[in-house]
Amino acid sequence: MAPSAYVWLLLGAAYFIIPLYATLDFSLKKNVIGTPCCTLKNYGWVVHNGDFWHTIKISFLLALETIVISLALFVPTIYLVHLKLPKLRPIIAFMALVPFVVPPIVMVVGLLRTFRGTPHWYYGTPWGFLATAYVILAFPYMFFSLDAGFRSIDVHTLTEASQSLGARWTTTLFRVILPNIRSAALAASFLTLAIVMGEFTIANLAAFHTFPIFIQYVNESQGFPAGALTLMSFGITWAAMLALLVVGRKRGARGAVIAGAR
Amino acid sequence: MSYLQLENLHRSFGSFQALKGINIDLEQGEFLSLLGPSGCGKTTALRLVAGFDQPNAGRILVEGKDLTRVPPNKRDMGMVFQAYSLFPNMTARQNVEFGLKIRGKSKGDRAKPVDDLLELVGLAHAVDRYPHQLSGGMQQRVALARALAIEPRVLLLDEPLSALDAKVRVQLREEIRRIQLELGITTLYVTHDQEEALAISDHVAVMYGGVIEQMGTPAEMYTAPATPFVAEFIGTMNRLDSKVTDGATGEVEHSGLRLQVDAAKGRRNGERVLVLIRPESLELEAATNGSAPNSFQGEVLTQTFLGPVTRVKVTGSGTNLIADMSTARAAALPVGARVSAKIPSEGAKLISLPDDGPGLPVLDPDDH
Repeated sequence: MAPSAYVWLLLGAAYFIIPLYATLDFSLKKNVIGTPCCTLKNYGWVVHNGDFWHTIKISFLLALETIVISLALFVPTIYLVHLKLPKLRPIIAFMALVPFVVPPIVMVVGLLRTFRGTPHWYYGTPWGFLATAYVILAFPYMFFSLDAGFRSIDVHTLTEASQSLGARWTTTLFRVILPNIRSAALAASFLTLAIVMGEFTIANLAAFHTFPIFIQYVNESQGFPAGALTLMSFGITWAAMLALLVVGRKRGARGAVIAGAR
Repeated sequence: MSYLQLENLHRSFGSFQALKGINIDLEQGEFLSLLGPSGCGKTTALRLVAGFDQPNAGRILVEGKDLTRVPPNKRDMGMVFQAYSLFPNMTARQNVEFGLKIRGKSKGDRAKPVDDLLELVGLAHAVDRYPHQLSGGMQQRVALARALAIEPRVLLLDEPLSALDAKVRVQLREEIRRIQLELGITTLYVTHDQEEALAISDHVAVMYGGVIEQMGTPAEMYTAPATPFVAEFIGTMNRLDSKVTDGATGEVEHSGLRLQVDAAKGRRNGERVLVLIRPESLELEAATNGSAPNSFQGEVLTQTFLGPVTRVKVTGSGTNLIADMSTARAAALPVGARVSAKIPSEGAKLISLPDDGPGLPVLDPDDH
């Protein structure tokens, strides 16, 4: 690697590390400004706060629900589009851009009006309404990641090979196609997890108490613990992504690599 | 009753007719190659047999049972594809046992046939390798073993060697034939390579424009092509668009050149015929002053070295002829040399042409 590359690497690392260090430094300070460093009291406050555990559980479960619904919805759809309806692909790609273009505040108002009058178990709980909104929000990330995964394999040949050996399309999907787009599905899941764990606008306007709402509340009312909370949420999100990676990993095989494409 | 029957199969894609009613009868254990250029309908026919596509009309029968509307996963047809089709997430062994797993065979019941097949294709040492760790030739061997593992009714091979280099192709095609004979499995093989088809098949069906032009043994196809297209497609052939001038003696005329052709005896005077002469039938020698009977005088235009044989192109009086001769003898006839090509009256074949029909589709025998 050329020396200039190291400089750019260091600059890039500094861009991420300096804010994290500043937050860490701030989170270790005592509540009275000017007193010497350091204390873990702010972290203790977060850990012993019931709302912290409650909201992070809601957001994490919401993220999992969004990932499961999105994968269940989009994997077969994109598989079908690649296999039988390739002309639909540009239309779906265009639709997938809509959540990028429409501001969340506009989307949530529209969704609230659309779903008003639906049963309380759906409209009044995060597992119904909010999950629906998050599936829409995650659509572009899911679609473009999965689409790239499907494009990296020979969907037609693998499907026909599997069928000629006696497999039904569901068997083909789960045992042949899905393992070979695992990397793409994992990438889509990571992005969805990160989005849901940090989504504020929709949850706030729809009056649901999720983790980002809790962070906002602490940020407004408790300065130093807010720093601790930010770092902890950062660590928890990364740990969750790592867990997904470990669960989705398999030794030996190369996901999304076409046999022979060397 | 034949083992595999394709009855009057038609398939259209919009206004394009890919198959215009093909009929094939194949006995059990036979090896038939569908041979033809791109777009002739050979792969379409194979995909109909595999069940990946449905015919607009016609039937596909195996042992008298109509499979035309049976889905591909219920047909028991083993297929090897042109593209590498191994499942990238599975090892060679897992690929081969996939079909048996689908059929609910226990691990114990799967082990022996899978090991035997991998042994048969010469890959016993690579059973735990993933596709990306195998060469192209090895991947196609695994694909063959995988197709054979389900003990298919018919083995279907769709240009399985086209992505491989020349040496591996020859080696693998011989192995395919050895395995096919050893297992006695009925095989339908699609290729555009006439040498490949002639080398390994019991029968060859040459297709063109969605129809079967001719079907027969490789020797029949080579020595007695029934249509101008087959004559052009199978091997290299000199083709002289001629007219019968004397049916009693078998004399024909092509661009002022008069030839005696045994096959022309008994033909109607004035009949338009195509005289077919294999390059190896022509005898080439340095031109002398006198003109020998049944010979063509010309000049060596090109020489193509093919190892023990050299292909010599001779031109004269608006006609090009190709002759194959030993490389040692060809050295005495350099480019530009005046030569005489003796055309054997008994070796030439004849095909009738419509008197007012169009010209021949492709005429340069160098195309092969």
